[in-house]
Amino acid sequence: MITKRIIPCLDVKDGRVVKGVNFQKLGDVASPVELAKYYSGNGADELVFYDITASAEGRALFTDILTETARTVFIPLTVGGGINTTDDFDRVLKCGADKVSVNSGAIRDPSLVGKAAKLYGDQCVVLSVDVKRVDGVFRIFAKGGRENTGMEAIEWVRRCVGEGAGEVVVNSMDTDGVKQGFDLELLEKVCDAVRVPVIASGGAGCIRDFITLFNTLPGVDAGLAASIFHFGEVAINDLKAEMKRNGIPARIV
Amino acid sequence: MIAIIDYGVGNLFSLRSSFAAIGQEAVVTNNIEEIRRADRLLLPGVGAFQDAAEKLRASGMDKAVTEEAAKGKPLLGVCLGMQMLFEKSYEYGVHEGLGLLRGEIRPIEERIPGGLKIPQMGWNGLKIVKESPLLKYTREGDYVYFVHSYSAVNCEESLLAVTEYGAELTACVGKGNVFGCQFHPEKSGEVGLRILKAFCETEGMA
Repeated sequence: MITKRIIPCLDVKDGRVVKGVNFQKLGDVASPVELAKYYSGNGADELVFYDITASAEGRALFTDILTETARTVFIPLTVGGGINTTDDFDRVLKCGADKVSVNSGAIRDPSLVGKAAKLYGDQCVVLSVDVKRVDGVFRIFAKGGRENTGMEAIEWVRRCVGEGAGEVVVNSMDTDGVKQGFDLELLEKVCDAVRVPVIASGGAGCIRDFITLFNTLPGVDAGLAASIFHFGEVAINDLKAEMKRNGIPARIV
Repeated sequence: MIAIIDYGVGNLFSLRSSFAAIGQEAVVTNNIEEIRRADRLLLPGVGAFQDAAEKLRASGMDKAVTEEAAKGKPLLGVCLGMQMLFEKSYEYGVHEGLGLLRGEIRPIEERIPGGLKIPQMGWNGLKIVKESPLLKYTREGDYVYFVHSYSAVNCEESLLAVTEYGAELTACVGKGNVFGCQFHPEKSGEVGLRILKAFCETEGMA
């Protein structure tokens, strides 16, 4: 049976992992390569590297890190951040990324998803959305959640999947950082709207939140989180063991 | 030396890196002489069958691959590269494969219940059907990473392992010196590296 995936997300700036990492076992806790190796050996099913660098130097450093990671870590690697053109796809795919995640880039240029899917295949294009309730309606936010695009979220997701997005990462801005669980209402709507894999993001505070997510919404394929893994609040192997105990298929390594 | 056949589809960086990780020298090549000289061949592939098959033919490397395989050189097809080992594919029409293994490629949609997602994307367990040198380090239930919408059918002759996704789908095949993995061993952690290692230790049929 196909397993539910657990995916740590690493925000990388100027070659270092940000948002804080607190691991006893790691020498250099801010090294993306070291952290990726650690996660790969400790149950992560996939990794997301998110490039939050603004400068050209930082971008070059990011691709170096990506190359080094892909050389030593043999699980799927998704890259996001600053993906605005098919050239950006090309740049990160050449460095060993398996999938590329687009967010604001697709909002700026709605043809990007389709063009990339045609060039690299649907399986390579991940649509990432930041969603927030505004007057009771789910809206798409751009620029890292700073700008309300006014677009209705489910319609946008459906449209991008129609263009060829092979997977959707749904980040709820309402639950993100609150650590009270995933946004089940939003996720259910997305699962009903599309048939591609759906990755839940935003709100996980403990193991229980993942169990609730997968038990409530069988259509969700994966759970993504950052700080709770980085700070060791949730160890992925413990989470997987608990999933198994609850009858949720999980890959134990 | 392993030749990873580069006919312009897919990302070969991880494949080369994974051979390096198990101490095997691999080159990414579109040079027919290099393919002839190599000890082993790896046929990769992602994307659409027709496009890939046409590119491989246009490069002239299809002939080199089938001839070397016929001489007994070990060959491993991965993902779409595995599908191309078979006689034909029904992906948007009917297209000829290399015909090294008996069987054909059909949409998984025909065989699995509705409600399951297509492609199958993610980690799934292996159920071993037949012992093989390719799986000598693989245990029943080991997880590997799949991304596919089509799979091989009518391939009992070469079937080595299946995976359960609404139906039993072909995961691993092998006959003589010709092997294939529907999943991505280069993305399947230690389990995948062990399969590549086993491939590097298979005997040719020369």
